[in-house]
Amino acid sequence: MVGAGAAPLWLERALYAADATSPRKKILVAIFQRGAADGLNIVVPHAEKRYYEMRPTIAVPRPSQISDRREDAAIDLDGFFGLHPALAPLKPIWDEGHLAIVHAAGSPDPTRSHFDAQDFMESATPGLKATPDGWMNRAMPRADRAAQISPVRAVAMGNVLPRAMRGSNPAVAVQNLSDFQVRNREASGAFRTLYADSQDPLLQAAGRETFEAVSLLQSIQTRHYEPATGANYPKGRFGDCLRQIAQLIKADVGVEMAFADVGGWDHHVNEVGARASQGQLATRLADFGQALAAFWLDLGDRRQDVAVVTMSEFGRTARENGDRGTDHGHANCMFVMGGGVRGGRVYGKWPGLEPEQLYEARDLALTTDFRDVLGELVKVQLGNRDLSQVFPGYTPSPRGILL
Amino acid sequence: MTFNKRLPAGLIGLSICLVAGISVDARKNGDPSSQAAALFRQPISKDHKAEHAVNRLAFGPRPGDIQHVQALGIKKWIDLQLHPQRIPENPILEAKLRPLDTLNMSTAKMLQNYPTPQQIKEMVGGKIPFPDDPDKRMMVDRLAARLQGKTEQDISLPHAPKLTSLLAPGQIQVLRAGTAQQKLDLFGSLPQDRQDQVLESMGQGMRGQLFVAAPPALRRRIQSTNGPQAMVAQDLVEAKLLRAVYSGRQLEEVLVDFWYNHFNVFLDKGADRYMVTAYERDEIRPHVLGKFEDLLRATAQSPAMLYYLDNWESMGAQSTAGKRRQRGLNENYGRELLELHTLGVNGGYTQKDVTEVARCFTGWTIQQPQRVAEFEFNPKMHDDGEKTVLGVRIPAGGGIDDGFKVLHLLAHHPATARFISRKLAMRFVADDPPATLVNRMAATFLKKDGDLRAVLKTMFDSPEFWSRGAYRSKMKSPLEMVASSLRALNADLDFAFGLNNQLNQLGEPLYRKAEPTGYSNSGQEWLNSAGLLARMNFSVALVNNKVPGVKVDSAPSSEGVALGSPDFQKK
Repeated sequence: MVGAGAAPLWLERALYAADATSPRKKILVAIFQRGAADGLNIVVPHAEKRYYEMRPTIAVPRPSQISDRREDAAIDLDGFFGLHPALAPLKPIWDEGHLAIVHAAGSPDPTRSHFDAQDFMESATPGLKATPDGWMNRAMPRADRAAQISPVRAVAMGNVLPRAMRGSNPAVAVQNLSDFQVRNREASGAFRTLYADSQDPLLQAAGRETFEAVSLLQSIQTRHYEPATGANYPKGRFGDCLRQIAQLIKADVGVEMAFADVGGWDHHVNEVGARASQGQLATRLADFGQALAAFWLDLGDRRQDVAVVTMSEFGRTARENGDRGTDHGHANCMFVMGGGVRGGRVYGKWPGLEPEQLYEARDLALTTDFRDVLGELVKVQLGNRDLSQVFPGYTPSPRGILL
Repeated sequence: MTFNKRLPAGLIGLSICLVAGISVDARKNGDPSSQAAALFRQPISKDHKAEHAVNRLAFGPRPGDIQHVQALGIKKWIDLQLHPQRIPENPILEAKLRPLDTLNMSTAKMLQNYPTPQQIKEMVGGKIPFPDDPDKRMMVDRLAARLQGKTEQDISLPHAPKLTSLLAPGQIQVLRAGTAQQKLDLFGSLPQDRQDQVLESMGQGMRGQLFVAAPPALRRRIQSTNGPQAMVAQDLVEAKLLRAVYSGRQLEEVLVDFWYNHFNVFLDKGADRYMVTAYERDEIRPHVLGKFEDLLRATAQSPAMLYYLDNWESMGAQSTAGKRRQRGLNENYGRELLELHTLGVNGGYTQKDVTEVARCFTGWTIQQPQRVAEFEFNPKMHDDGEKTVLGVRIPAGGGIDDGFKVLHLLAHHPATARFISRKLAMRFVADDPPATLVNRMAATFLKKDGDLRAVLKTMFDSPEFWSRGAYRSKMKSPLEMVASSLRALNADLDFAFGLNNQLNQLGEPLYRKAEPTGYSNSGQEWLNSAGLLARMNFSVALVNNKVPGVKVDSAPSSEGVALGSPDFQKK
């Protein structure tokens, strides 16, 4: 969405040319796992006896040295936590020190409604529904000169702009990079003129924003995109999204933030199959891990410019329910991956899983506010120091995740 | 615009809408609220009234509609639209709806005739009855054979036999490269059982080609080949688009869409797939011009809503069932009932009220969601203690009446009157409607016992509705954009499959808004780059007859540009 206030910047700006030399931008990629992913089975506290007591049929087994059991066991990270086996593609990135995990993180709001919790996480104002814009929109650093802003500075993959990117700063939604155009050339010219001449300022601005992005992306649309050797994106929407974000980053078109979401995490029943490597969660995680690992490999020497952060609206109950699944819970885990990340560590205070340690006697308690993680990324990665404007009513305290 | 003279009647008037910009321009100078308020006091010219009415009460004008409304008299046309039963339904629409047989089925009948693989297994196991209809029985038998040997965990359909084992090479060649008629003739020459096997064995491309050439009955068989359960959603979407394009009772269709989104249910949430048809047909549609309390009660007792917002599983922790199953309260419905259905987020309720409301609705559940799917009050799940909702004491022992008391209280609450009135004004007048109008509508709501027809009448009679603040101020939703395009071109909608794909691209997959907010009434929500490009591409494709299922009489390509233009995105 475009606010009328954005218009003067656009009028001044020369078209951001794809082939112009531009300073390499730092890039923040935010990934939203919609549906409340089960953090306790994703980053498994395998040294916690209580974890196994509360999840007798769906727990991920302790790391194993026996080779034929390994694919069904947690992958040890630090002697206490382990990755779900389906996330094996992420282990090398952890080992390189470029993947950090924050556990027992999330939104302090007590809601267990997906809808409210996603809204709160995207507006980054837990408990406040009236916030008109999203944290990513507010996080865009003020540019000194209009010409420094690319039309594709903020890109969301999909056909609606996510709440996190809505607001007065320009942001584009791209459903499919190769199809981000008016397919009929003659009509394209006519549309461009009609939108430029529109007397409706919102449609005029949105049209201009769209056609500037179209012009900019034209040069990369015609080229077939070949990911770096070994970057095998999984088939499906999430892999497609990350592949296209990598393509945009590597094309140097001025992307500073990107957003992708991935659904299907609301596993009330049959979360885990007969073995840990089977079932709905394992399938989702295999796609998730493979896509992130391919993205990382694909970035090549751009890794040092990129930081990826993942989030999900809340976690799931510490105890399994009666249907080999879990219900809506509270705290969760977040991943932070990037060239400037102090990885290979699990951040955050572990609250424990004893009955009195659980939130409302049922869920993992929260020890890190998600805004602490995002705040550090906004400040260090994007260079926006005005955190009070990005996170109104909250002062994020950095956890030292970024170098 | 140089192509104006070639535009069909439905598109005339677009170039006049420079006025639209003024409302927003004005806000930039001086005090925005007083400027906007001033625009809602400036009447539009008489010449624009019919166009405005058709844009707001209908899915846009068909050629001749504006003249028709003018000839009839605008007041009289609006009055007719407020009494849809007085409008004879368009016979073209009725003929097109007739083959969509799930539209008239109960949820239980649908489960029986268009079963999921899971239900087919249960039919085979004797747990639920087979379909009565012999054709559907054959289909189920065939799918059952393919499912044989599959485990409980894995009920995906296995691959069908290869086409080469069913047809001669020459026959396959006809299906691959023959003309539409040759394909239909060859297919028609096969025995029925072989036809079904062939359909199952065809690749997506080949099946798609046959589909496009097929008459409606064969289309249904083709669609149900690989999963009969998909037909239910297909029929719903088909009917919604057909009605938007063809119905003479346009306001009723606009209102059904409005109230469906107000009381949104997500079609893809488990058992809801089979419940939405009855929900929209029996709970929403009959009440859109009736009393709000009736509409509210109907949705509260609908299996679709009970399932969607989890109330069917909510129980008092101390109730018989709660103690036995170690389960308790689920606040999901209680919260959305207050926040989204009645009072609004600033309607003056507390978290305590949410919990108390949820306690009142414990036991409002569904009898066997996957089989019977009827509303049921289960006293064993009900929290029978005393509750206090919005300061009103609800004594212990009320049973099912607790919920009815809450609904009555909410339906007559001043905050509800304001919230509903404002939302209607957002849909019909402007994204940010003037408070003066909302207050008058809310007064009608309270005085007339929540009579929605009376509230609409207050709005349609208001100077604000006929003002420059309202005229062409709103951006169309994708559904409105698509339907108004077809109407403007007098296009023939044969089947809606392709059109629905377009709607997905535009960002409004019908019946598939996962959040209980429903799709937004605010036009601005739809303004983004991917959406605009999708609208432009849809327009060009439509005019060039590239949208499967839609036929447009040879139209100049400039019409595609007109439909994708900024002007046509507004209403």
